[in-house]
Amino acid sequence: MHHSIEVKDLTFSYPDGHPALRGVSFSIAAGEKVALVGPNRAGKSTLLLHLNGILRGQGAIAVCGQPLSEATLGAIRSAVGMVFQDPDDQLFSLTVFDDVAFGPVYQGLPEAEVRGRVERALAEVGMSDRATRVSHHLSGGEKKRIAIATVLSMQPEILALDEPTSGLDPRARRGLIRLLGELPMTMLVSTHDLRMVRELLPRTIILDGGLIVADGPTAELLRDPDLLHAHGLELP
Amino acid sequence: MLSLIFAGAGSPPLESLLRANPRALLGAVVRPGRPLVHIHFLDPYRPLASPVHDLDGRVKFILAVAFILTVSLTPFGAWPVYLLLWSIALSAEILSGLGVGYVLRRAALALPFVLAAIPLAFTTPGTPWLEFPLGPWQLTLTLDGLLRFANVAVKSWLSVQAAIVLASSTEFRDLLLAMRAVRIPRLLVAMFGLMWRYLFVLVDEAVRLMRARSARSGIARRPADAPGRRPGGSLAWRAKVAGGMAGNLFLRAVDRSDRIYVAMLSRGYDGEVRSFATQPVPPGARVTLWIGLALLGLLWLGGILVWG
Repeated sequence: MHHSIEVKDLTFSYPDGHPALRGVSFSIAAGEKVALVGPNRAGKSTLLLHLNGILRGQGAIAVCGQPLSEATLGAIRSAVGMVFQDPDDQLFSLTVFDDVAFGPVYQGLPEAEVRGRVERALAEVGMSDRATRVSHHLSGGEKKRIAIATVLSMQPEILALDEPTSGLDPRARRGLIRLLGELPMTMLVSTHDLRMVRELLPRTIILDGGLIVADGPTAELLRDPDLLHAHGLELP
Repeated sequence: MLSLIFAGAGSPPLESLLRANPRALLGAVVRPGRPLVHIHFLDPYRPLASPVHDLDGRVKFILAVAFILTVSLTPFGAWPVYLLLWSIALSAEILSGLGVGYVLRRAALALPFVLAAIPLAFTTPGTPWLEFPLGPWQLTLTLDGLLRFANVAVKSWLSVQAAIVLASSTEFRDLLLAMRAVRIPRLLVAMFGLMWRYLFVLVDEAVRLMRARSARSGIARRPADAPGRRPGGSLAWRAKVAGGMAGNLFLRAVDRSDRIYVAMLSRGYDGEVRSFATQPVPPGARVTLWIGLALLGLLWLGGILVWG
């Protein structure tokens, strides 16, 4: 069985010369749920943006057994559902329906299939009744769920989420954690929310200064206050 | 501007556009071969050490405006005066260390606007030079018309050069101070300042939107799912998506302006823009100012007397 994500020696610097990733290697097996934690500016979001080729650094990335290249970009973008930190960035269409339909329509799926996928995706996140609403007027928690629906409609194998619980009230956060727990895909979640990590994600990768400083079972890493403290984190 | 940003609904065309022409967006710099990261605006200011950079911003601002005024008031046909004005612009370009090539390359940006003056070449009465039919009309290109067109082109080209030297050698903050010093209404100056500050934020927001769109622009993994169709959707659909993005950006800009205004109010803003009293212009810069103004005045007078 192939690994869902394989990253080898990934290096990336921003155009201003600031190095964001300095030789990152890891692999994630299919179905695994992994947390990506570390201080601000550690390179977490930058790493996520590499998984579907939005950013292209040096090094090798393979997703679902396919090496990332110009030729496989389209297939890989369908395979990796990227949920951005700010749902407002993700929801750019006129209505919720249009947003959730964007991925399938872009792929050229027939209309009936698109409608079916949108219905299913909205049902999965519990937002079926919001299809005709304008995203601009939804609450933060609703926007987050719909942002997830916009990638579920593409039936991805991998979900990559950037700070999914930031800015949510406790009830919306709880609902989101439950939702993520129910989804069967491979997951890589960049977050500062270590309580969610402990609950939801059995494996943790700690990134700091563009390097992986720890990679192991969440329960083990979260028992090491010195390690957490050294990388700007706190015991949950 | 927005139409440029949203030119393509799918990411590959946009990214390839940026790769082919890295400055395609608003003079934005995206290095070739690098995808959308964060658009670094090409801030026209180039920090160099030169007498032009050191000159007080207010003096530079007044001289640049006076130069542009002189260029536009110099009568038609006063070619020697234009040549002298150009030599002033050239000296400033060389003295500032920016280099003539840099300024001329950027001045090419003004060329499309010159096209607006093309009708002059056909509508000015004079010696016919070239005649050709265009549909039902017979167009006559006159020699006088051509000269008038060249005159307008030279005027705008010279003016743009002065503006480029000013913007490249003066920090935006100093430009705002200069505008305030010459009594441009404070509210207007404050608006320039806010626009400059938030243009970057808005462009960043647009980049994040486009990135989110790219992330979902994939192809069906089983070709049988999308029989006989290419990925990317129809043109009309892409246009609708781009329209939605532009609308979204507009709504957010409005929302943000509300938030900024509330933040200003909560810190005591009452509609009056206040600022520190400005320092007096140093004596050396004053001398430069008067010499510059006298020189420009002389050139203008010469132009009026001989060709006016």
